[in-house]
Amino acid sequence: MLTLALFLFFGAVCVAGAVNLLVQSHPINSALSLIVVMASLAAEYLLLGAEFVAAVQVIVYAGAIMVLFLITIMLLNAGKEERTKGSRVATLLGVPGVVIGGVLVAWTLIHRSDMGNVAIGALPGDPKAIARLLFHEFLLPFEVTSVLILIAIMGAVVLASRPEAIARPHPGVPATQEERKLVAVGKGRS
Amino acid sequence: MIPLSYYLVLSGILFACGVLGFLIKRNIITIFMSIELMLNGVNLSFVAFAAHWHALSGQVFVFFVMVVAAAEAAVGLAIIIAVYRTRETLNVDQVNLLKL
Amino acid sequence: MSITTFIIISIIKSAAVIGILLTAVAYSVWLERKVSAHIQNRWGPTRVGPFGLLQPLADGVKFIFKEDLTQPHVYKPLYIAAPIIAVVFAITSISVIPFGNWVNVGRIQVGSSPDFGSWGTYLQITDVNIGLLIVLGITSMGVYGVALAGWSSNSKYALLGGLRASAQMISYEVSLGLSLVGVLIMAGSLSLRDIVNAQGGVFWHFIPRWNIFHGQTLAFFIYLISAYAETNRTPFDLPEAESELVAGYHTEYSAMKFAMFFMAEYANMVTVACIATLLFLGGWHGPLIFTSPILQAIMPVVWFCLKVFFFMFLYVWVRWTLPRFRYDQLMAFGWKVLLPLALANIVYTALVVAWRA
Repeated sequence: MLTLALFLFFGAVCVAGAVNLLVQSHPINSALSLIVVMASLAAEYLLLGAEFVAAVQVIVYAGAIMVLFLITIMLLNAGKEERTKGSRVATLLGVPGVVIGGVLVAWTLIHRSDMGNVAIGALPGDPKAIARLLFHEFLLPFEVTSVLILIAIMGAVVLASRPEAIARPHPGVPATQEERKLVAVGKGRS
Repeated sequence: MIPLSYYLVLSGILFACGVLGFLIKRNIITIFMSIELMLNGVNLSFVAFAAHWHALSGQVFVFFVMVVAAAEAAVGLAIIIAVYRTRETLNVDQVNLLKL
Repeated sequence: MSITTFIIISIIKSAAVIGILLTAVAYSVWLERKVSAHIQNRWGPTRVGPFGLLQPLADGVKFIFKEDLTQPHVYKPLYIAAPIIAVVFAITSISVIPFGNWVNVGRIQVGSSPDFGSWGTYLQITDVNIGLLIVLGITSMGVYGVALAGWSSNSKYALLGGLRASAQMISYEVSLGLSLVGVLIMAGSLSLRDIVNAQGGVFWHFIPRWNIFHGQTLAFFIYLISAYAETNRTPFDLPEAESELVAGYHTEYSAMKFAMFFMAEYANMVTVACIATLLFLGGWHGPLIFTSPILQAIMPVVWFCLKVFFFMFLYVWVRWTLPRFRYDQLMAFGWKVLLPLALANIVYTALVVAWRA
């Protein structure tokens, strides 16, 4: 009974946050709604007994990825978005389409009679058990994801850096042919 | 005891909101956030099924999805910053020419 | 233990711990003023009460009565929410920190009231088996208070200060978490109580088996430096330095909201000091020199408080001794020096533990 009440409460917070993300026009309000969604999803994971996943969701998703989004929104000073013709058409066609699709899927899921119940803490998700799986059966995907993160770091650094930072890596050293000529004539800038 | 279908319906609602956000919104950062919302909905599905079938691999897969989402967010935001520097806009409808 | 007893005990414990924490935060301000004064060869607050001990009270009254200026150009909802977020996340992590061992309270009977029996409790609000991850998660969420304060103030100094502070905090969170993994490998559990219990006893007959002596010295120093950067204290306090950015992310705040940021900073310091005590200095372990049972129950808490006080004193001492880092030096240090050192510490600890097993 208490479990159902907690599930419904956090589920309502999730859905409210998701709908608020769609309705708000300023990206920073959407980002804050997404943070609320992620925190309530962490509570739902706790209800399913997955405590390590819930902690990682808060630390990684709500605590690092969303901070990245927030920093980008603040740096680029994204303003309120404007309603263009394309977005009006998309709203007119998309909202009924997705809602009908969602209702169909939900109806099919609820009316299947062979799915059971899920008790609270049905499967203990303690870090030891997950670590055992990660380092024995899933060792190859684990190592591949570490290479993936390395590639992502290098890609992000290269993509977001200013072009002249790559052309002139050290201040004071002329980088291109013209700059060397300018320095030689004595009119170079540092 | 909560029926498994309740968790799947919640996951479906989150995924549908993510798809809606991707279609409706015109700001590139908000579109990105809708993608993250879709990934979160799928994560909930994974964890619910892991609890249902008593298979811990579901939770391990959630771990991998989070790692991939983090890498994708980093690279995607770097691309957004690079596009903003050249096009001066964050509206996807105005980024429709290959060369300015 | 019935559910009502559990709820009543939890409420009493929460109220007591949070009350003590808020008093500790107020008096850590007094500690900072007195210690900084003596370092600078002056007296500090001496007028209000003996040794200036009532100064925090006077400061509290001043903050309540100050005029609360709200600029017209701020973004109202986030402007009001940011200090609340900062304070809430600074105080929440005290809920998983253990202060001492199991304490048995005798039979509760007042005069002719019914006999409530005897009960005991751990000196901790709740013992979660992923306690360390919860503290790390709450630390990660604490970045939002700073970032949103900078954004909502709608002023360039505040925005830059907020961005710098949040980038600094998320950079040093990485080496903070990694420096704790060495302790985790040695203790084998994420529960804070288990980590402290693994540090009992002595080796070589007189050196206590605290983690700082037992192999995690490098991790201790990495943790200390990362914690100074995480709580935005000198030498890493560029985001709130007066000569650099007016006052950084809390430029536009006044009176009670500023007091809340102030409280959040000191509460973060207390939390960090508690975690350092639990993980590296053996928590509440110390020589139990008294024999009466009441004093034996209280001595662990006294040792814990002495060790936390030592950390707060270290914080203030370092603040008034070292100059501050420039921002690019700060980020380079966090990513290029602390992170590889923390990773090397993990590899070394794992090798030693695997070799011993």
